[in-house]
Amino acid sequence: MEAASDLPEPRGRRRGRGGGPRYPPWLALPALAWYVAFFLAPLCFVAAYSFAELSGFVGIDFAWNLENYRYLWDPVYGEIFVRTLGLAGFGTAATLLVGFPFAYWLARYSRRRTLLLLLVIVPFWTSFLIRAYAWLIILDPSFPIFRALHVDLLYTTQAVYIGVVYNYLPLMVLPLYAALERIDWSLVEAAQDLGDGPLRAFRRVTLPLALPGVVAGSLLVFIPLTGEYLIPAILGGNKTAYTGTLIAQQFSEAHDWPLGSAIAMVVIASMTVVLVACSRIAARGEVGDG
Amino acid sequence: MGRRLLSLHAGLVYAFLYAPIAIVVAYAFNGGRQTLNWEGFSTKWFSAALHDDSITSALRNSLLIAAGNAVVACVLGTLLALSLPGMWRAIRVPIDALVTMTLVTPEIVFGIAALMFFVQFSNQLVGAGVIDEPLRGMWKIVVAHAVFNASVVALVVRARFVGMGQTLEEASYDLGAGPVKTFVQVTLPRLAPAVLAGGLLAFTFSFDDFITSFFVADAGTSTLPLRIFSSLRFGVSPLINAAAAMILALTIVAVVVAYLVLRRSGTRARAAARVPVPGL
Repeated sequence: MEAASDLPEPRGRRRGRGGGPRYPPWLALPALAWYVAFFLAPLCFVAAYSFAELSGFVGIDFAWNLENYRYLWDPVYGEIFVRTLGLAGFGTAATLLVGFPFAYWLARYSRRRTLLLLLVIVPFWTSFLIRAYAWLIILDPSFPIFRALHVDLLYTTQAVYIGVVYNYLPLMVLPLYAALERIDWSLVEAAQDLGDGPLRAFRRVTLPLALPGVVAGSLLVFIPLTGEYLIPAILGGNKTAYTGTLIAQQFSEAHDWPLGSAIAMVVIASMTVVLVACSRIAARGEVGDG
Repeated sequence: MGRRLLSLHAGLVYAFLYAPIAIVVAYAFNGGRQTLNWEGFSTKWFSAALHDDSITSALRNSLLIAAGNAVVACVLGTLLALSLPGMWRAIRVPIDALVTMTLVTPEIVFGIAALMFFVQFSNQLVGAGVIDEPLRGMWKIVVAHAVFNASVVALVVRARFVGMGQTLEEASYDLGAGPVKTFVQVTLPRLAPAVLAGGLLAFTFSFDDFITSFFVADAGTSTLPLRIFSSLRFGVSPLINAAAAMILALTIVAVVVAYLVLRRSGTRARAAARVPVPGL
């Protein structure tokens, strides 16, 4: 370093916070341009359309009023929004309840962890559509198990709930595992040596350390569920409407883009609220973590 | 909770995760005309699926779209991943938030946004006389898929880039190589497994995507998931089971290859499993 200081600075040399050379920040520009053009700009279209009105059959009149939102302020739509929140809440709670003990076992007790983790990742990356479709076969009243039980769950709310838990479980497990895997279990043992019972040690040591994973998993399940379309469409037979169903209807059947956009804005608004709240929780958990 | 109980629970979870997938595959080998009436083992539905024009053309579209999307996503995502560590925190944090948003936004919202955007955009181009008729075809799907897949690649590549340390890059700079030469000779060879794995995941995501394709695709352009969905109106069928089993096989191979590549290259399992979330 001392000898090099006499030489002219090498071309392209940069020193970032870490002290090492860095690639220039402008390398982000192509991706940012892509995000702006094909993600943020389209979202701005949604925002603009939500203040527009239909004129005639296909025309759009940018009236810049709140008519669409006022129209949505109705018990009929309120019921659908509440039902959707219920679905998202149930999905989050159920996957957490099933996923936490599982991720805990995977992180603390499992042998051949690499293989077992891969076995969770595989369904995570396999087709969402086919995983929902699979339940169409299982829940069919003529499928052996249900034929014996005389239960017909196909195209019911229960079918939707089952599909949600099934399809979203890996999304909950993976971040939970990522957080639990980092835990130094000797801390838990220390707490128990110092007189904490297993439950108390869990609550005071394990849970706070796992909290980032719980928050992350809940986000990844809850937010996409607020706009879930496919599972109610396939397993619910589109008989019960959720927010996602409602949006899709405005674009495929009703051709009411302004109303559909307003519903999408409601989804975006609730997503923003959840994201901000969670980043607050995460930030609080990070204090002292570096 | 007892360790035994946890192991039992884990076993049940694995059964829950795999039983439905296994059932789809099993019934794809049913020789009968009706899905749930087992009439003996047969591979005839696989050959029927491969001889069905609507399925093979949808399959071809899906493969082309997934490949194009993976190339775009790899370029954009890798460049983004390289640029992030050297950025000021005040710029990096909003970009991270944007990347997270592209991944968690309910897909239906993104789907309709892309639909309206492409309709308006092509109307504008027609109005300005740039093109004669509205935009068509698969490139719209490629463009839309590349949005969230660029983020997927960026996350995978970044985990590897940060994890591998910068001493070799430092040496390269100190010896007078510029950023381009350093990238080609030092960074890229070590980053290649992560780029490949990210690309495979981007390919898989695009290949499996339903919602975005559903809204963005023209009436004439079908992908395999769209083709399967449209036939669900008529209930389950062994033909669709066979198509689904083929998708599953392709995806599982891609994922396992991606995972093994990442592992051999020394990226920790956690990085591969890691899902993008602020504060994690």
